[in-house]
Amino acid sequence: MIIAERKPIKELLEMLAGHDRVLLVGCKGCVTVCNAGGVREVGVLASALRIARRRQGRPIEIDEMTLDRQCEPEFISWLEEPLRENGYTAVMSAACSVGPQYIAERFDNVAVMPALNTKFIGGTLEHGVWAEFCRACGNCGIHNFGGLCPITRCSKGLLHGPCAGSSGGKCEVRPEVDCIWHLIYTRMKNLGQVDKLKALKPAKNWSGYWSGGVRRVVREDLTL
Amino acid sequence: MSENFEPRIVAFCCQYCSYSAADLAGSMRLSYPPNVKVVLVPCTGRVDPLHILRTIENGADGVCVAGCLEGDCHFLEGNFKAKKRVAYVQRILSEAGVEGARVRMFNIAASDGPGFAEAARIMTETIRALGPNPLSIKTEKMSEEL
Repeated sequence: MIIAERKPIKELLEMLAGHDRVLLVGCKGCVTVCNAGGVREVGVLASALRIARRRQGRPIEIDEMTLDRQCEPEFISWLEEPLRENGYTAVMSAACSVGPQYIAERFDNVAVMPALNTKFIGGTLEHGVWAEFCRACGNCGIHNFGGLCPITRCSKGLLHGPCAGSSGGKCEVRPEVDCIWHLIYTRMKNLGQVDKLKALKPAKNWSGYWSGGVRRVVREDLTL
Repeated sequence: MSENFEPRIVAFCCQYCSYSAADLAGSMRLSYPPNVKVVLVPCTGRVDPLHILRTIENGADGVCVAGCLEGDCHFLEGNFKAKKRVAYVQRILSEAGVEGARVRMFNIAASDGPGFAEAARIMTETIRALGPNPLSIKTEKMSEEL
């Protein structure tokens, strides 16, 4: 899922300066799972912002609404009525940055601002802890590495690791991070496939990543 | 700050320990400040950050969350969860410009009636020293202006 994190209240207050009636929109997708922008987090954030603005002597009205997903235009259309009826001057989106962009494209007459910082594609390590697992490089090759991704999870992105900084199965960059090359080697050894690691890997093909502008995926059989 | 200020404090008390302690304090005829209004919860692990924030937002001068002694939670670790959530709310309140010390966690055994009375005194004195909830002051001032 996409992992996100709430921006500091101070930064959000600066964005909201000059706005007195705002709709705070959450998302029930990834950001609910990573506790950044679901129904509860929207409630907490709205409360904190109202408290902060009252403290500043400039009260703000913040209504709360959480969409099933903000990364699909159909769900964004659910905002039409509340935006038409209630006179909001701004929408603050507690979703990954797809959400506020969709809202901005659809509604000309309101300011749109992000409540979250979109961090990475990752998974849950334990309750309240998330880590990056995928860099969305566009050319997945984890089958060569026992199903683990050295591009993302090796701090140096090595294809022929480990480096000399691997110590006791941990990475030299941060001691709480597993050395992925230690895990790859252990797993390949258990699979009896260590020899596969000796094969020289060509340089990573990054053409599916930062080249060619905005990436898109088209499924002709699904297009209408 | 008004000398007549009487803090309004909401205490979320767990059913198994601190609520029983409050009950016991009453049975023992112990005297403690009447500023604390008790809300019964099945476990302090049930107290959501939003409960605390909305309580402050709606005008309470202080909120305390009172659970079992650490290690004695009927649900094993509800009071540890509450402890972390109280710290989280304190951080949010500080970010929003309200003293985090208005929110506090207590751990009181069911048999400790005097402990509840003492917690009520500590909380009342803490809030009395901090003064009224700044949001309430603002609201009153603004309503006068209007």
